[in-house]
Amino acid sequence: MLAELDNIHQEALAAAKQVADQAALDEWRSRYLGRNALLTQSVKQLGSLSAEERPAAGQKINQVKQALEAAYEERKAALQADQLQRSLETERLDVTLPGRKLPLGRLHPISQTLRRINVIFAEMGFQVYRSRDVETDEYNFLLLNFPPNHPAREMQDSFYVEGGSADNPLLLRTHTSAGQIHAMREFAAEAPDNPPPVRIVLPGMCYRYEQVSARSEVQFTQVEGLAVGADITFGDLKGTLTDFARRFFDADVRTRFRASHFPFTEPSAEMDVECFVCGGGGCSVCKHSGWLEILGSGMVHPNVLRNGGYDPERYTGFAFGMGPERLTMLRYRIEDIRNFWRNDLRFLEQFS
Amino acid sequence: MKVPISWLKDFVDLDGVSIEHLAHTLTMAGLEVEEIRYIGLPIPSGQQLSKLSGLAWDREKIVVADIREVGPHPDADRLVLCRLYDGEKEHSVLTGAPNLFEYKGQGELKPPIKVAYAKEGAEIYDGHQAGSHKTTLKRTKIRGVESYSMVCSEKELGISEEHEGVLFLETDAAAGTPLADVLGDAVFDIAITPNIARNANIYGVAREASALLGRPLKPMPLEVQADGPKIEGAARIEISEPELNPRFVLGMIRDIEIKPSPEWVRRRLTLAGMRPINNVVDATNYAMLELGEPLHAFDYDVLVQRAKGKPPVISTRRAKKKETLTTLDGVERQLDDFTVLVCDSAGSLSLGGVMGGLESEVTASTRNVLLEGAAWNFINIRKTLNAQRLASEAGYRFSRGVHPAMAERGVNRGLELMRQWASGSVAQGLVDEYPLPPQPSVVEIGPGDALRWLGVELSTEQLSDILGRLGFEVKAKGDALTVTTPDHRLDIGEGVIGKADLMEEVARIYGYENIPATRLGDDLPPQRGNRTLEIEERIRDLLARLGLQEVMTYRLTSPEQETRRLPVGTPPDDKPYTQLSNPISQERTVLRKSLLASVLEIVERNANIRERLGFFEIGPVFHASEAGPLPDELQRLVLALRGPRQPGHWQGGDVGALDFYDVKGVVTALLSGLGVDGLAFEPAQHPAFHPGKSARVLAGEQQLGVFGELHPQVQAQYDLGGHPVQAAALNLDAIYSLVLARFDSRGVPAYPPVLEDMAFVVDETVAAGQIEALIRQTGGKMLSDLQLFDVYRGEQIGAGKKSLAYQLTYQDAERTLTDEDVSKMRHRIVKRLEQELGAKLRA
Ligand SMILES: [Zn+2]
Repeated sequence: MLAELDNIHQEALAAAKQVADQAALDEWRSRYLGRNALLTQSVKQLGSLSAEERPAAGQKINQVKQALEAAYEERKAALQADQLQRSLETERLDVTLPGRKLPLGRLHPISQTLRRINVIFAEMGFQVYRSRDVETDEYNFLLLNFPPNHPAREMQDSFYVEGGSADNPLLLRTHTSAGQIHAMREFAAEAPDNPPPVRIVLPGMCYRYEQVSARSEVQFTQVEGLAVGADITFGDLKGTLTDFARRFFDADVRTRFRASHFPFTEPSAEMDVECFVCGGGGCSVCKHSGWLEILGSGMVHPNVLRNGGYDPERYTGFAFGMGPERLTMLRYRIEDIRNFWRNDLRFLEQFS
Repeated sequence: MKVPISWLKDFVDLDGVSIEHLAHTLTMAGLEVEEIRYIGLPIPSGQQLSKLSGLAWDREKIVVADIREVGPHPDADRLVLCRLYDGEKEHSVLTGAPNLFEYKGQGELKPPIKVAYAKEGAEIYDGHQAGSHKTTLKRTKIRGVESYSMVCSEKELGISEEHEGVLFLETDAAAGTPLADVLGDAVFDIAITPNIARNANIYGVAREASALLGRPLKPMPLEVQADGPKIEGAARIEISEPELNPRFVLGMIRDIEIKPSPEWVRRRLTLAGMRPINNVVDATNYAMLELGEPLHAFDYDVLVQRAKGKPPVISTRRAKKKETLTTLDGVERQLDDFTVLVCDSAGSLSLGGVMGGLESEVTASTRNVLLEGAAWNFINIRKTLNAQRLASEAGYRFSRGVHPAMAERGVNRGLELMRQWASGSVAQGLVDEYPLPPQPSVVEIGPGDALRWLGVELSTEQLSDILGRLGFEVKAKGDALTVTTPDHRLDIGEGVIGKADLMEEVARIYGYENIPATRLGDDLPPQRGNRTLEIEERIRDLLARLGLQEVMTYRLTSPEQETRRLPVGTPPDDKPYTQLSNPISQERTVLRKSLLASVLEIVERNANIRERLGFFEIGPVFHASEAGPLPDELQRLVLALRGPRQPGHWQGGDVGALDFYDVKGVVTALLSGLGVDGLAFEPAQHPAFHPGKSARVLAGEQQLGVFGELHPQVQAQYDLGGHPVQAAALNLDAIYSLVLARFDSRGVPAYPPVLEDMAFVVDETVAAGQIEALIRQTGGKMLSDLQLFDVYRGEQIGAGKKSLAYQLTYQDAERTLTDEDVSKMRHRIVKRLEQELGAKLRA
């Protein structure tokens, strides 16, 4: 009987090697380990053996059974590995077919620029203050040191709005500087004898009576800035705005301050940055000057401080104003300002 | 203002200073040189602050030449042949210049006529074309005569537009001298901002150049050789309103001869942008351009005639009601009660400070001239210019402020120039009425002010030097400087304003680039933050995360454009528009009342560009206010969706049209993203939306907005393509008030949830919201989540019925729920729904 068991063992192992797939393996299993298998039948023959032979035979049956079961598992694992290998070899996608499109949301490029400006100034302690689009002549001009009939008013062509009085007409603000007085008066009211320092940026929509063209729009955003305190100098203006330019454009960008004129600041300055398109050598973007005009600025005029409730004998300050459209156009070489309010997706989709 | 460099050199030595360096220096100090026009001098390449234009004259090819003889052309009457010597040899040069014809056949000209001669290959402007087009001289044949060179007109040289004849040079330069050495020049076009109106003249620019370059300024040319009879008794002045006319000066020159001014004068005026007229008018213009004081020349004999033989009395007064005056330009002008007139006993003569009248003008037969220089209130002049819609050189200057001291200087300068160019003799003395001399500003400053304003340490000597260069009188006493404003400027205030005014001058001359850049060291202000902006930015981010594109649109529109957002026949609301008084176009006459209309226009614009559209805009609408004349500016959010739910893909996908439930999904996600709780949705009645497919969203009692499918009639009023547009209009001011600064988070449950599906059959009339509310109410704390996953209608449940299937999630924070807990709850829910809504649990 032991010899017979050895035969079964050998025969089964040999057969297992020939098995090619799971179905054949299952058949192999039922043939050698199933109910009608010789091995299973041989258990029944144990009773016909003598008491001395019986333990050795029983042990042998168990050994063979375990060996065959191990062979089954081994073969099964090998078959699975084969199968995986085959499927890895055959399941090939065309990776150049397009992926599934997901709708991507975006902010308007001007929103993105406004955010960038706000963030840079926030890190320098400037907080955002917003005020209204429709203003009075008083806030837009008079309190900012533009007297009636002053020549400087001609530099600002205004849209007037019905409903004002003859001596204080209503208009669409021509600059967010109108908010300067609102802000200063609001803060000064907190402590009229000792008003707190001011450090704000004033973003918002402004309007100018101008024919729409590739270079000019009837409405445009502006970010005005204002710093007022006990000890603020023109040097601080230069430093702060140079820091801004380096953050906004490039860490190495050079700035230049040119004398200019705004009624609400004195001295006044235009800030230019070295043209980052040509590196200062001259190109069409900078009109061959090597410099790009970026913003207007200056020390707050004593009349404006006084109108805001800040004593010009005790306080000084600086103010500046910049156009996010111009900054955006320079940054992305946008040729036509009308793109911003046209909102053509082929334009907007470029700014994610 | 146009400034020829050659003229500037009369007052400041510019040797060794390049044109470009001067332009740069002036620009940096606030006199922006917008353009440099080169007249023959070499034009630099490379970057410059100013725009460059003009023509450079080749030194070899464009030279001074002598015309020795003018002879006839063999077979062309309208051409002459010049025998011309260019310093090397003689040429025969063909020209049609009419001003050479009179010399034809006169034989050898002695002295020869000096002209500008362009040789073969020279680049000049084409005289026959309008504008400035460069051309190169080439060898050619004209009427059988060989031609390769040219005697030039002013236009061909780029000096002026003059092309009537060739330019005759008044020069001693020998033939062959490069023309650039004789006539080469450059003209700056300087933008004069209101604060530097005092520099709207050559001398003013020279003063700035002198201060900036540290070179001496020559004195104002004020000498006048007056040896005629005294002016006394020849005229009188009466000023009725010194506030409007603080000074009036008259001078006189007799026995003049009206003729053209010398060539160099005419060229200077031309380069400065003025047309030469005759020697007397040119003298007034020249003096004005040079010193900044506009002058007016009267024909004295006409005035005497008008005064019936007596000495004229010149008076200034406001115009009377309905008074008119015909000005030099031939326009009869209706005058206002603020217009100041210069009159004599016979009536009005001129618009004071603005423009002369026709009658007393200088003419070719004028022999005696009475010359006016005056001072005027600049605001009143500005009002007059605006009212008369008039622009003049005099008005330009007087409307920006000219110091009364300049009146006398201008008259003296004008008289002297007339004497030089028109002969005649200047009367001794002036008639001078000066009822209101301005008080010069006197300001105390010191190094502390420079430190406080500019952040730079300047000594009293430095301050004194800088201000002295600009003509301020500075007296030092220890650290304090007493600074007196010179009598050519009116822009320096008193006290702290005067200090700021002076600091601007100090900074400009010291140089902005020399002031060190520093960082703010001042106290930080209280940190207030900006809550609404923070929420607004969160909304932007949430909507972008939901796949929407932000747009920014015009806030100016027209009622016609906005009515498209409502079906035809919708009764107008009672809120009036905020109207522009001076709209620039028909499309933009009012401030918008509807942000929906703005966004729909953008959907329309993009309707054919992309199939799937998702837009939002945050911005104000403008509604008339009950509180005052300023409109309320209300913050709104509008979003719009259109097209297939998913972009098309080669494997297919959800390409069904975006519908009500998509826009509801966006609104719900946005509000839950902002932490706004307790939302309720009710059918909406809004004219812009489909009445059956729109809803209003509420938080408690407060309506936050409406959303849904656009009304089909509205859809049809825009060109929006096939898919219906889904939109939402939300009131951000209401939403801002509901966003909490903080919230309490919940822990992650430690015990397993129990999930259960239940379907209820109800009548069609029962809203899903009712069922959901009832389940939630009954489930209480134990029901942690409820999701509708199917809505079914069909034969199985009968007509007029629907089945709604929910997944319920039960959860207890303290323990694992038992089957018994769940079954009890199930029974309670089923019973409640059955009792209150007639719902049947579907098996
Ligand atoms: Zn460049």
